[in-house]
Amino acid sequence: MVLRLLIAAVLLVPIAVSSVHAVEPSERLADPALEARARALSKELRCLVCQNQSIDESNADLAHDLRQLLRQRLVAGDTDQQVLDYLTARYGVFVLLDPPFEPLTWILWLTPPVLVIGGGGLLLLRARRRRPDPAVPDLTGDESVRAALLLDEPR
Amino acid sequence: MLVEIGHFALVLAMLVALVQAVVPLAGASVRSRALMDLARPAALLQFGLVALSFAVFMHAHIISDFSVRNVFENSHTAKPMLYKVTGVWGSHEGSMMLWVLMLTLFGGLVAGLGRSLPTSLRSRTLAIQGLLGFGTLLFIIATSNPFDRLFPVPADGRDLNPLLQDPGLAFHPPFLYFGYVGFSITYSFAIAALIEGRVGAQRARWVRPWSLSAWCGLTVGIAMGSWWAYYVLGWGGWWYWDPVENASFMPWLLGTALLHSAAVVEKREALQRWTVLLAILTFGMSLIGTFLVRSGVLTSVHSFAVDPTRGVFILVLIALVIGGGLLLYALRAPGLEAGNPFAPVSREGALVLNNLLLSAGMATVFLGTFYPLFAEVWSGVKLSVGPQFFNATFVPILMPGVVAMVIGPVLAWRRGHLAAALRRLAPAFVGAFLAPTLVLVFNRTAPPAALAGVALAVWAMLGVVTDLADRSGFARQPLHATWRRFRHLPRGTWGYATAHFGVGVLIAGIVVSTAWRSERIETMHAGDSLEIAGRTLRFVGVTEGDVANYHVERAQIVVERPGAAPMTLYPERRWYSVARSQTTNTAIATNGFGDLYLALGDTDGKGGWVLRAYYNPLVPWIWFGAILAAVGGLVSLSDRRLRLRVPAPRAPAAVAARPVDS
Repeated sequence: MVLRLLIAAVLLVPIAVSSVHAVEPSERLADPALEARARALSKELRCLVCQNQSIDESNADLAHDLRQLLRQRLVAGDTDQQVLDYLTARYGVFVLLDPPFEPLTWILWLTPPVLVIGGGGLLLLRARRRRPDPAVPDLTGDESVRAALLLDEPR
Repeated sequence: MLVEIGHFALVLAMLVALVQAVVPLAGASVRSRALMDLARPAALLQFGLVALSFAVFMHAHIISDFSVRNVFENSHTAKPMLYKVTGVWGSHEGSMMLWVLMLTLFGGLVAGLGRSLPTSLRSRTLAIQGLLGFGTLLFIIATSNPFDRLFPVPADGRDLNPLLQDPGLAFHPPFLYFGYVGFSITYSFAIAALIEGRVGAQRARWVRPWSLSAWCGLTVGIAMGSWWAYYVLGWGGWWYWDPVENASFMPWLLGTALLHSAAVVEKREALQRWTVLLAILTFGMSLIGTFLVRSGVLTSVHSFAVDPTRGVFILVLIALVIGGGLLLYALRAPGLEAGNPFAPVSREGALVLNNLLLSAGMATVFLGTFYPLFAEVWSGVKLSVGPQFFNATFVPILMPGVVAMVIGPVLAWRRGHLAAALRRLAPAFVGAFLAPTLVLVFNRTAPPAALAGVALAVWAMLGVVTDLADRSGFARQPLHATWRRFRHLPRGTWGYATAHFGVGVLIAGIVVSTAWRSERIETMHAGDSLEIAGRTLRFVGVTEGDVANYHVERAQIVVERPGAAPMTLYPERRWYSVARSQTTNTAIATNGFGDLYLALGDTDGKGGWVLRAYYNPLVPWIWFGAILAAVGGLVSLSDRRLRLRVPAPRAPAAVAARPVDS
């Protein structure tokens, strides 16, 4: 039985499961290359009944089943993509921790680069418009503090 | 009786907060000194009442008064005393009490220490602080009353979540909340400045100690949370991009940006509007961080829908604080004084770049955290956004920031010369090139990303060292003169250097532990052994026993390493019968450069136990780096330039004689 402790309800730390077994020695494939692929894939698949864990980290029964299922597919000769497609077809896109680039996630994937490039561009444009006049020395911070104190207080 | 007094004090504090919010604001707008002066005693009184209420609440926990529902639900007579005390903030109600205690503490500090502030600014700041206190207290009293009674009184409690019965987590919330709530002061200052229509270097200087100490608290709080996750969860991971973690990371990112842009206001009188906006948003993120975690909306839309009272209240509160702040900003910011111009290549320019990247990074984390929620609402499709997304977006956004972090401090204010700055940084540049080359010599298959990471870490660390040497005049004058200058560098410089060096250490820890980690997961029987990272682990066996409020299974593992004395480690599993849950207690042997990390897994019932063994090189540097950064903040806080030129309070008669402008 899985003990899902809803830490989120308590503090700012990730969800924990009770005990550690996650990937179990008994599940492992004999072929090290295949096993390495299985491990890599299982880090990309969400444990559907857990809070926020990959099936690699989860000790839920479902995660155990999924780990075995994906190993069966790999042994049967599936490519990594085929395994992911197979599981997506069964469980929906929710199972993929790495969200695919599709209309639903365009905003998700495109916003970060747009922010950096757009923001950088705007800043550069602005900087070009407002260049400092080398002839006019401006106040240093200390000077302007002193100036502010003369002009300002008490208020 | 005592409990009722606590409850009553809380209600009274809420009323005082309302007075503190309304009267001084009105006073400042009609320029009545008497009304404005009410802010200080009100803030102190509000703090006193909340502190009394908090003390009563804590007392109920310490004496295990199970007639109080919150104590019954979160405590147990057999719980160790340390956790009876820290269990006070282990629950929703208790953590809200801690939050409001911090909030009123900060208000009280401004009232007590802010004598040098202009009266109108101080009163308005305290009034906004009072408004925040009123909102939070109303929330606590209306939806999360910690003093709720229970009848008939149960014989014993339900115990605290065992995962929280841990020293690392016991002290994590106070630091975190100190950080979150500390940014309420910058928020209140920003709002007061918007009302008055002035920002200026002097005001930025007044705010700096508050934002710096808040930032330090938040840094330590996040580091503690991550450290806890590392040693408790048992996978050897230390950051999971979990919504709950992200909630604390977002205000940190904006708070970091705020510190830097406030420095520009202070030194150069530029970026005033942007800094005010950041102050509003940073506290907004702190609110989102605390309250959305509390409302449960992050973990599941459904849990939110089941009990929407708290959640709706929280959303309204957040909307008012952020929306109100932004509205005021939109109305008043155009009237703020324009900043001094600067060239793109200048220290200001580097700080603007830092702000852009930190803010874009924050927006990315925000998007990744909330996107599944939005997507489900508008399309009905359940979506996952895992660590892969953050690694692919957040990490590349912040990487140029690390490059710029080293160059910025070397550039001149207003107009800098990039080529000259890079020439001064030549040693760091050489180091950043040599280090990955050296790694390649020993490890031909090192992944390119790891090599880039190593280069970045060395660049950050050496860059600071180079800059310090340069500022001390190294190689340009006799050594003893260099040494004297080195020792007399301003504290602010030492603060920056320590913090930036800490970031380099942190990056080194992240990169090396991620790229060169070893892992073995095996079923072990008594007498079995396995090899990891040049060490032999011999599994002696598992013993069981009962301790305090839990049952323990403890494995004994002897670690042997050629040329070193053998040592014994004891990873355990604990079963807390009252709370009905199990925890893993990992055994970690560290030498400062790497951790041998052991976690005990399940048993097959036939004497076989799953053992997870990891060797995590340089992983302790992650927390060293974070702590160094926080220490840098503290050093900077102690810079005497911060305290200089505070005008002496003038004679009251002279003040009263002048009109108080707004």
